[in-house]
Amino acid sequence: MARAAVLGRLTWLVAEVVDVVPETDGVKTIVFDVPGWPGHRAGQHVDVRLTAEDGYQAQRSYSIASAPDASRIELTVERLDDGEVSPYLTEELREGDQIELRGPVGGYFVWEPSQGGPLLLVAGGSGVVPLMAMLRARETAGSDAETRLLLSSRGWDDVIYRGELERLDGDGLTVVHTLTRTQPQSWTGYARRVDAEMLAEVGPDPTERPFVYVCGPTPFVEAVAEALVRLGHAPQNVKTERFGPTGG
Amino acid sequence: MDALMLDGNAIAGLLQEVFAVEMTTALGTCGGCGATNAVGATHVYRGAGIVMRCPHCKNALVTIVKDETRAWIGFPGVRTLQVTV
Repeated sequence: MARAAVLGRLTWLVAEVVDVVPETDGVKTIVFDVPGWPGHRAGQHVDVRLTAEDGYQAQRSYSIASAPDASRIELTVERLDDGEVSPYLTEELREGDQIELRGPVGGYFVWEPSQGGPLLLVAGGSGVVPLMAMLRARETAGSDAETRLLLSSRGWDDVIYRGELERLDGDGLTVVHTLTRTQPQSWTGYARRVDAEMLAEVGPDPTERPFVYVCGPTPFVEAVAEALVRLGHAPQNVKTERFGPTGG
Repeated sequence: MDALMLDGNAIAGLLQEVFAVEMTTALGTCGGCGATNAVGATHVYRGAGIVMRCPHCKNALVTIVKDETRAWIGFPGVRTLQVTV
């Protein structure tokens, strides 16, 4: 399957919305049924294409949030108010609506359960989406790969997948939050941007040669990747995925 | 650091459209500094077209301009491209 998904030209597929699930303020998960979907690996993307009545087309790339599951895929999309595509995906789409997408694409920022661990996943905001696909694939496969997720969010109510992360925590997975702007009154966790000291505390130690995946806005990824290499992580084991303000 | 910079993952679909194979895992060797990196790890700048730069020395590796029916692909700074066949 992996090979079939890697080779060959991409074709646009019709995806039908089967559910829209609010995650946080401005972030929704859209569940699609995609007949002909070739399957995907955790961390891969799709390109979404919208066509207006006058023929104008807009195209964006989104990470797949769900574990591989037959013809069903989930995209978790953050609404960017000045965006062209994300407001439509998060506000307008209803069950039964159809859009075009193609994929899966990408193969670099990918983790498969057979690869094992230890794993260090570091996310800023909605950068957690492709990492969630990895955690879900890990769960589905019954993998016990030692995994740490460090997730930076603005506040507790901005934590995407908060309930599911609480449920998954344990069985070799440790979830650590840092809240950069506002914290609940009783908060005892991290309350600052991710830095080298925090990464060293969350671990695993570079000598354990973890596979590291970092996803978030470009400045976040730059800062985290630099800190990781400074701590002694091998650059080839640190895979990054940046998304910019042009993603809207 | 440029906040508008993305990486090769962001153009995975476009690259696969042009090359008809998954390209983010292809390895490119920079003609400037000789560093070898996965295409997914290159730095990507989008304007009127796309410029992929070496993450090590910022040398321009590949340029892509696309319209409805054609793509113009330049290789100003790639020494070799290693693709799984």
